[in-house]
Amino acid sequence: MTEQEILAGLAEIIDEVAGVPADDVTPEKSFVEDLDIDSLSMVEIAVAAQDKFGVEIPDEQLKDLKTVQDVINFVSKGA
Amino acid sequence: MNGVRVLAFGGYQPDKVVTNDDLAKLVDTNDEWIRSRVGIESRRIAADDETVTDMAEAAGAKALAASGLSPDDIDLVIVATCTPETQIPNVAASAAYRLGIKAPGAFDLNAACAGFCYAMSVAADAVRAGSARHVLVIGAEKLSSWIDWTDRSTCIIFADGAGAVIVGPTPEGEPTGIGPVVWGSAGDQAERIAISERNGYLHQDGQAVFRWATTALAPVAAEACARAGVKPEDISAFIPHQANLRIIEPIARKLGIPRERVADDIVHAGNTSSASVPLALARMAEQGRLVPGTPALLLAFGAGLSYAAQVITLP
Repeated sequence: MTEQEILAGLAEIIDEVAGVPADDVTPEKSFVEDLDIDSLSMVEIAVAAQDKFGVEIPDEQLKDLKTVQDVINFVSKGA
Repeated sequence: MNGVRVLAFGGYQPDKVVTNDDLAKLVDTNDEWIRSRVGIESRRIAADDETVTDMAEAAGAKALAASGLSPDDIDLVIVATCTPETQIPNVAASAAYRLGIKAPGAFDLNAACAGFCYAMSVAADAVRAGSARHVLVIGAEKLSSWIDWTDRSTCIIFADGAGAVIVGPTPEGEPTGIGPVVWGSAGDQAERIAISERNGYLHQDGQAVFRWATTALAPVAAEACARAGVKPEDISAFIPHQANLRIIEPIARKLGIPRERVADDIVHAGNTSSASVPLALARMAEQGRLVPGTPALLLAFGAGLSYAAQVITLP
């Protein structure tokens, strides 16, 4: 999977879970500060990303996933 | 085997209202945070001398009145509760006596927040098998007795109340009005929600419970619909345990049930464990959101971990 594909898939998930328009989801953005996504939504996003990309994202990992790019990197390594 | 249906229901909330602003005086929290993380605006807390049996009786009385039955018609009383004041005697026998129900079968059922839907299933089976003709099913909790009021992770969520339903036979030839239960447990995660020692405090691993609830339960609810021969999109009212609006809404979304059909009593009731499903049913009725004769989906889940779901035809 390319980073672009992961980004697109992630943007779709974030739109569905948190109502953030997919176009607003860009790699440098931080979940909490830029996208106003709290820790509960992060769990939902992680679970949906697990299903979509086939990569385990346990709860303990979430605190290290601060930006969209962090998730793209994590998924790239695992996929 | 007889068909079985819900005849009537009723709810009871204690008088004392505790708002988010009230809690902000006790712990480091605020109204906006609570509304966005849990969905609660206010909750009810029982009086110091108000017991689970008191609340069970009050809700039971309402359901009885709504049913048009007399206490003599009830031959089984089941109280779903995990917060009775005493191990023995149970709540059910005392509540039954106070309601003027003469010598019914009576037992308490502890499946924590899944308790009400477990009790509904047991009640339906009893009527179907001929063990009882009319069952009074009550969910009643005084969680406030088990909360550390300095712990902001729990004191903002849990609350007190009771709800009751009367289950009875369907008239000859009519379709059954309570679908097969889908129930289960995840004992490997038992420690996630616990009252750790006798007279201890309720703790929960909120993040793990959130993850489990938003992942494992939509398939359970979908299966309950399938077993009842109903499509989720045809459910007229979805009444999940009022654990947290942030759990309820994703489950409804996954089932394809529109938000306006989803019970959200938690806003003014908090999380009342096994009382929450019947209380939410009563609230939706008050709000004029229930259509008699249509299928409603009940889903309860919580400590154990445990869960149960069934479709009922609204009376």
